[in-house]
Amino acid sequence: MAEIRGSRGGLPERRWWLAVAVVLIAALALPNLVGEYPLLQLSVVAILSLVSMSEGFLWGFVGILSFGQTAFFGLGGYTYTVAALNFDQTTLPLLAAIVLPALLALVIGYFMIYGRIGDLYLSVITLVVTLILEKAMRATSGSQYVIGSVRLNGQNGIPTVPSLAIPWSHGQTLDLTGVFYLSVVCLAIVYVALRLLLQSRTGRVFVAIRENDQRAQLLGYDSRVYKLLAFVIAGAVAGFAGALYGVWGNFVSPDMFSLSQSAQILIWVIVGGRTTLVGPIVGCALIEYLTTALGTAAVGQVTVIMGLILMFAVVFFRRGVIPSLGDGARLLWRHIQSRGARGANVSQ
Amino acid sequence: MSEVLLEARDLEKRFGGVRAIAGVDFRLNRGELRCLIGPNGAGKSTFFKMLTAQLRPSSGRILFEGRDITALEPQRISRLGIGIKNQVPSVFDGIPVYEGLWLAAASRHPGAEAAGIVSEILERLDLGGISDHLVGTLAHGQRQWVEFGMVMALRPKLILLDEPTAGMSHDEVKRTAELIRELNREAALIVVEHDMQFIRDIAATVTVFHQGRILMEDTMANVQKDPKVREIYMGTAADA
Repeated sequence: MAEIRGSRGGLPERRWWLAVAVVLIAALALPNLVGEYPLLQLSVVAILSLVSMSEGFLWGFVGILSFGQTAFFGLGGYTYTVAALNFDQTTLPLLAAIVLPALLALVIGYFMIYGRIGDLYLSVITLVVTLILEKAMRATSGSQYVIGSVRLNGQNGIPTVPSLAIPWSHGQTLDLTGVFYLSVVCLAIVYVALRLLLQSRTGRVFVAIRENDQRAQLLGYDSRVYKLLAFVIAGAVAGFAGALYGVWGNFVSPDMFSLSQSAQILIWVIVGGRTTLVGPIVGCALIEYLTTALGTAAVGQVTVIMGLILMFAVVFFRRGVIPSLGDGARLLWRHIQSRGARGANVSQ
Repeated sequence: MSEVLLEARDLEKRFGGVRAIAGVDFRLNRGELRCLIGPNGAGKSTFFKMLTAQLRPSSGRILFEGRDITALEPQRISRLGIGIKNQVPSVFDGIPVYEGLWLAAASRHPGAEAAGIVSEILERLDLGGISDHLVGTLAHGQRQWVEFGMVMALRPKLILLDEPTAGMSHDEVKRTAELIRELNREAALIVVEHDMQFIRDIAATVTVFHQGRILMEDTMANVQKDPKVREIYMGTAADA
């Protein structure tokens, strides 16, 4: 069996666990090293990376291009907010912000996937769903739009999102550093969980479906069940990120559902590369950092420059930054090895 | 052994006004090895696709082991024991050979057993040396072997092979003939082929398709003697 390589099954290698642990520990040490503002930025990058990763997982590994992860992101944010304000506690609302978006994903996913609509239409429908939710939310300015005791406030959003209460303390809430820890740990947990899922039998079938749906069915896999499962998982992750986003800024608004937000998620994934789970995280961090840096440098025309960067990324890093770097490293390694081998031959 | 494994009754497939399959009655016994021949457009591939639910028949019924499978989903039919190698190789291009075979084996065997089946197939098809290559980077002939392997890993009761030797070298064709005879010890097979020598090598009975119907069913020798068959199909091929 030694000569049989190339299997993606089994548990991840020890060095992978080591790498995850090192990065996580380094990240958790950051609050001692940087000020409040960078910490705030890093927290939101970690939170948005969750959405980015949910898209990368769905698109890169299952082959479903969802244009509407923002539907679940926004729904998660609003679910948390409305529930937390109504029930005056935050732990269950955080769970509800996972469950409700997952249910939405289950319902629309069921009709799309079991209705056997084409991949392109699936993308269009997810986009339409998020735009409908955005429009609907923007139209809730009137005082009659109330859920429990909470006014939805239309365009203006809800600026009173409660901070997350620490369950075992009395009334203490997570501060800025706490939110950072929470975001980073959640990102790490979701990353590890998705990685393990992708290496399980189920995850390997996901990739088979991405490669050739018809062949997967001819092998006896009901691809619809697998696609729906993936869609629900991605929806749950995006919903959870939405709740964290609300906690982070104490603010949710219809912009969370918007076209520009949903397009941005795709851009993160394209730039970072969708064939790895790390790619979407890096893409998100990179773009967010550049946007902020360009904004503060007062160069103006940030959108134009970001557009150029996207074009550059698509042309020069076809598969995204991370997979391209991986390819580059492999080429370099082979080059070094072959030179080493040649050197050895010469010395003989 | 003469129990019927597969039966098609008055099967029809219309594409718009065209009757690609125009009323086919077909029977295959358990353990049989059958060849389908016929000119291009005779409906052989359409027939195969209907047997595996890749296409829905316009009318008629398909029975497998006496059970009506006409309306079943492809994955259910696969699990009942029909495996197909399509005319255009239908494989997983972006993943390694090993992984593709494993996915096939694991669809119905638990982990450890699946790994065993994969090793056996890698050895039997001599794919061990390229087990970690991406399927998409292989030559056409090798991709055919990988698809072959995936079908074998399913351990089906009925194997459908649509032009298994297309794009293969002479030696590979010979190996394929051997392999088909080997597989026939455990499973029934239907093979669509154009290579007459190959059919003579492997086949007991030949079914001739013509314009969506079955023209005749007989031994290869008799089929080749038949004037109607010579006229529509064999004319040039028999001389060659």
